[in-house]
Order: sequence, then structure tokens, then C-alpha cells
Amino acid sequence: MRSLIDILSLSTDEIDELIAKAEDIIANPEKYREKCKYKKLATLFFEPSTRTRLSFEAAMYELGGQVLGFSQADSSSAAKGESVADTARTVSCYADIIAMRHPKEGAPLVASMASSVPIINAGDGGHNHPTQTLTDLLTIKREKGRLNNLTVGFCGDLKFGRTVHSLIEALSRYSGIEFVLISPDELQLPGYLKKGILSSDNLKYTETTDLEAVMPSLDILYMTRVQRERFFNEEDYLRLKDSYILTPEKLVNAKEDLAILHPLPRVNEIHTSVDSDPRACYFRQVLNGKYIRMALILKLLEVE
Amino acid sequence: MNIDSIKNGVVIDHIKAGKSMEIYYQLELDKLDCTVAIIKNVHSKKMGLKDIIKIDSEMQVDLDALGYIDSDVTVNIIKDGVLSEKKHLTLPTQIKDVLKCRNPRCITTTEQDLPHIFRLTDPATKTYRCIYCESKAK
Repeated sequence: MRSLIDILSLSTDEIDELIAKAEDIIANPEKYREKCKYKKLATLFFEPSTRTRLSFEAAMYELGGQVLGFSQADSSSAAKGESVADTARTVSCYADIIAMRHPKEGAPLVASMASSVPIINAGDGGHNHPTQTLTDLLTIKREKGRLNNLTVGFCGDLKFGRTVHSLIEALSRYSGIEFVLISPDELQLPGYLKKGILSSDNLKYTETTDLEAVMPSLDILYMTRVQRERFFNEEDYLRLKDSYILTPEKLVNAKEDLAILHPLPRVNEIHTSVDSDPRACYFRQVLNGKYIRMALILKLLEVE
Repeated sequence: MNIDSIKNGVVIDHIKAGKSMEIYYQLELDKLDCTVAIIKNVHSKKMGLKDIIKIDSEMQVDLDALGYIDSDVTVNIIKDGVLSEKKHLTLPTQIKDVLKCRNPRCITTTEQDLPHIFRLTDPATKTYRCIYCESKAK
């Protein structure tokens, strides 16, 4: 029995296998319609999330399975003071697989130690969100046809953005990746990632504050939101939130086949006038999220 | 200065000078009923100055906790007045309930019964990280 807590617990071969499975699901959805018949997914969401929870639920329904769960902590036994381990032990008596989101870092790991069924980390605070990373990888693969030999720009909040950290960790295991890190000085990628991953693996990376200057070199532009909830100080948030706003004018010198990704939700960092540009992939990315979660559920449930 | 030799017990030797009190509390030696001698600033050819702890009881020493605090110490087990075993320590790959995670966002801050476990992630810099939130030990 296996859980998915951290993207790095999957080898690149396993990631490639999941991507191949997701692409097969996209090509042949009818083949998978009853693969999880009589199986149940529990979605334990201790903090609100529209997109991720609905994506998991849609994924399970499309596999012919059923869904139970809760979408906020105050409607769960956590409100009565039950531990994460006890909740996981209990729910694993009712469901075949569990997707858990929790505001505390490490909660899904604790659940996986107690549960008798696989746990999928659906986000633990600012820590890990492996299914978002799988979604991003599937999107890059579908848009560019490969996961190697790419120049990938990350723009916005690179300090607190967990999706950025996980995607950098995941992509650094593929060959020929060059990273371009675009952020205000205060929101630069943390030193431990620069030293621990980018420098130690001798990967190419550049840091800049100027998005337009590096735009022509990019194959992928990964935009992020400056997240209010990650700041202890409202003043800092207000000062930095509008650092980068992507508009059609800023894309004038971009490659014709650039792929613009965003983990969503967006606030104003991508102007809505960019949405109609064929290079805007973020809504296709949402759809890919459902397919990769279908592939992941099949893998963890060991359904062929 | 004379410290009586022990018949059955443990001698923790080659402690970096000044570290003996930390070891005393971490191993909870303050809770023992037997004689415990802390000898500070002993002259040592190898170390210059060192500390020594003598415990007059056949207790099990938490070698992982000890290895984390000072992996250069040696643990001598004394039986019937003679040295029966000498243990050299290494940096433990994992330590349990030696440190507490200080990340306010870590699950260990709300779930009080969880053991605080840290894993060695970089032996060269002696870096340990919380297994739950991956925060660096401080």
C-alpha cells in the first residue's frame, strides 16, 4: 500500500508512467469509465479548496467510483479535537483511498502512518502539493511534447509559492532544463533551494526582476499569485501583490509556442485579455489536473 | 580530585568541555536515584580539556541523543569493576524526541502526542530536518 505525500517520492519513471496513463485516459475515456466501480474516495479537506477537491471528486466519478468526505474542519470530528491519525484510521474503514488537505504541514504524512488505505496529499499548508506538480508536468508534456530541454520561467512569489518549489524540484531531475527566476528581491526563491538543488546539480539558472527582458528566451512561463495568507504583515503584501501583471503587450516578444501556466486561482497577475491568447494554458491545466488525478488514483489503488 | 571508580555502570568520556550539563539533562540523569558524577574541564592530551560523566547504575543510554549532541564521545560500560564494552558514536540518521520542531505551521504544534522526529539530511553540515514539515532543526 502506497501513499503520495511528496512529489520526490515518485521516480521520474513513475511520473512518466502517470503522464502516459493520463494521456491514455484523455485519448480513450470510455476505457476507464468503470475502473473504480464500487471503490470510494474520501476527500478530507480541513481547509477550504474549490478546485482541488472538485478535481479529485470529478476524477473519481469519471472512473465510476463514489465520493464521501467533508470540505471544512468545523464540519468534521477535528472540531471535537480528534487527532489526524485517529481521523485517518476511522475513515480508512469507510473508503478505499483518501485525499487530504490540511493547514498544518506534515498532517498527510501523519495520516499515512495511521491509515490502512493510500493517502494522497492534496496540500499541507505551504509545504507540499504533489498533485498540482503532476498537473503542471502533464500540462508541460502536452503543450511542449517533452519534459526536457526547456527554458522555464517562474514569475511572482517564488519565496512562499509551494507549487514553484515542487515544480523546480521535479523538473530539476530532467535533462537540459534552464530556470529563469523572475521576482521582486523580497520574494526570491529561498536559499536552501538555490543551494540545495540548483547549485548542487549544476543546473543553469538566472535571477532577474525584469520579466520583459527575459520573455523572448522562455519556452514556459509559470505565473504565480502573491498569496495574502502567507504574509504575517499586511503592509508587505500590499506593497508586493502587483509586482507583475501579465498583459498582451508584455507578450509581444514572447515565442510563438510559449506555454503560460498558472496554478490558479489568479487575482490580477494575468490580465483577462490574455485568456484568449492560444499560449494561455491555465484552463487546459485545470482539466489536466483531473486526468492526472485519475491516473494517480488508478496507480495507488493498483487498478490496471 | 578523587572520584570513586564505579563497579557496574556507565562512563561517558571525551565530552567536549562544557557539554556535560546538556547531556546530563538530555539523558534525564537528573531523574536517577544513583550516584552521578559530572567532572568538568579534565585535562586531556587529545582534547585539551574534556568533561566526563560517571553513572553508578547499569542504565541504557540513548546513544542517538548522545550522538546528536556530541558524536565524538565514547561510552564505556563497566561491569564488575572492569571495562566490558567501549562504544564510539556516530551522527544518528534519525533522532526522536531530542529536539522540538519550532515551525509554528508544523503538525506537531497542534498534535501534542506526536513524537518529534528529525532526520539527518546533510552529514557534512550536521543538518537535521523535521520529518513532517522538513524545517531545519535549530
